[in-house]
Amino acid sequence: MSAAIRIEALLRELAPQVLAALLRRYGGFDACEDAVQEALLSAAQQWPVDGVPDNPIGWLVRVAFRRRTELWRSDTARRRREEAVAAQSPPEPESEVEVDDTLTLLLLCCHPSLTLASQVALTLRAVGGLDTAEIARAFLVPESTIGQRISRAKQRIKESGAGFQMPPPDELPGRVVAVLHVLYLIFNEGYTASSGTALHRVDLTGEAIRLMRQLHERLPDDGEVAGLLALMLLTDARRPARTRPDGSLVPLAEQERERWDTAAIAEGVALVSHALASAPIGPYQLQAAIAAVHDEAARAEDTDWRQILGLYELLHGIAPGPMVTLNRIVAVAMVRGPQAGLRELVGVEAELAGHHRIDAVRAHLLEMAGDQDAARENYRAAARRTLSIPEKRYLESRAARLDR
Amino acid sequence: MKFLILIYSNPKSRAIWETLTDAQQIEFGRSHMALSESLAASGDLIVAEGLADQELARRVSVRDGKTITSDGPFAEVKEYLAGFYLIECESMEGAVEIAARIPDASSGEVEVRPVLDLKAELEM
Repeated sequence: MSAAIRIEALLRELAPQVLAALLRRYGGFDACEDAVQEALLSAAQQWPVDGVPDNPIGWLVRVAFRRRTELWRSDTARRRREEAVAAQSPPEPESEVEVDDTLTLLLLCCHPSLTLASQVALTLRAVGGLDTAEIARAFLVPESTIGQRISRAKQRIKESGAGFQMPPPDELPGRVVAVLHVLYLIFNEGYTASSGTALHRVDLTGEAIRLMRQLHERLPDDGEVAGLLALMLLTDARRPARTRPDGSLVPLAEQERERWDTAAIAEGVALVSHALASAPIGPYQLQAAIAAVHDEAARAEDTDWRQILGLYELLHGIAPGPMVTLNRIVAVAMVRGPQAGLRELVGVEAELAGHHRIDAVRAHLLEMAGDQDAARENYRAAARRTLSIPEKRYLESRAARLDR
Repeated sequence: MKFLILIYSNPKSRAIWETLTDAQQIEFGRSHMALSESLAASGDLIVAEGLADQELARRVSVRDGKTITSDGPFAEVKEYLAGFYLIECESMEGAVEIAARIPDASSGEVEVRPVLDLKAELEM
């Protein structure tokens, strides 16, 4: 790792701690967050030249504190409050990091008064330490759009009166669910099949896993937290085999499994096994368990489809949804044959009408059943309906393969 | 997800436009400005533009390495693109709600199209 990359990683690690230190002492999320961003920027410019200070977090807290005071001073309408702030002495850095506030910060960034898009942007900036331009590039939208989302989010937090403190115990589980949803979305957004653009984009998948690890450290007994971290690891483990050099998708059954990341699989399997044995069952744990069954099969034909079907039955019971319904039917076909799957598909057609994956599943089952013409038609219909370019190309190639 | 909202000009919408008073036309423009500003402030807007007159359009094609252009007006064209909003939204339902706030939707209609995504969904 070059010095610049090492410094960047360090800064991203420290960002939430610096922000939390400022917030705990002075409050005012908006001003503190801006000040921390500027402190991070100064560090990114100075440290590669001057070297990393002995107490990096103390350095950042001091610079952010000074910057925050300047921000207050520039606001004439707040002169009186500024005097109060200026009268305070700069914090003693050592005392600022005794309490770990990363969890409180994550919960605040995923506050229920914010839209999902704002929660995502704010989490990446305030907890992930990314700047607005990096987030904008990662989501392929203009910087001004992300900037507006962040400033709107901070405005909303101010209006809602939410303070920098842990929510009451009865609200905590629901608030953690919101954080998990945001981290899941960040992971999903990063799990792009397009390798060519990755060079200039922040690795959102890696970022989601990093933040997820931080959350798991703070809530080690929460089964769903462990479950989502496991799901991310078990899914990301397949990334090296998931795309061809030209960027096209390789379906699970055709991936070169020796290219999977065995260390990530082992970690994910251990996490989900422990969670399932010790915590109340939940949808992320079940999805991770399904991913684990896939990942543990050395060859596609070794996959324990009976177990996968059982897990989908459970998932269908506690967290039903179109994708669960369709994936369960694929498992039915793998266990009892394509005709059984096709019969079940007829039963859910009305319920899932218009869902883009139903044509793809039907095509797959028809191909298994040997009905090439109908399979081709359905692959084509699925290709027309998907919004994903890699999926579109994949479905078109499946249709073309059945052309005589 | 990104959505493109397309505003077409056609004989019907032009006829409606002609019946508007100056004050109404100005109000129409202001409504567009207000909507753009509101969508920008909420972080939903990526870009919105109104297009110049169809007479200023040029058609471009490349044949045998040569660029061929032809000038407007294209009298035979009854319907053409007059403007667009590119927005970011969680669902088609949300995009339709935004489209319904476009002034042109009140007099004629606008079209909402999902933008193709570079990412693929997770397989479970």
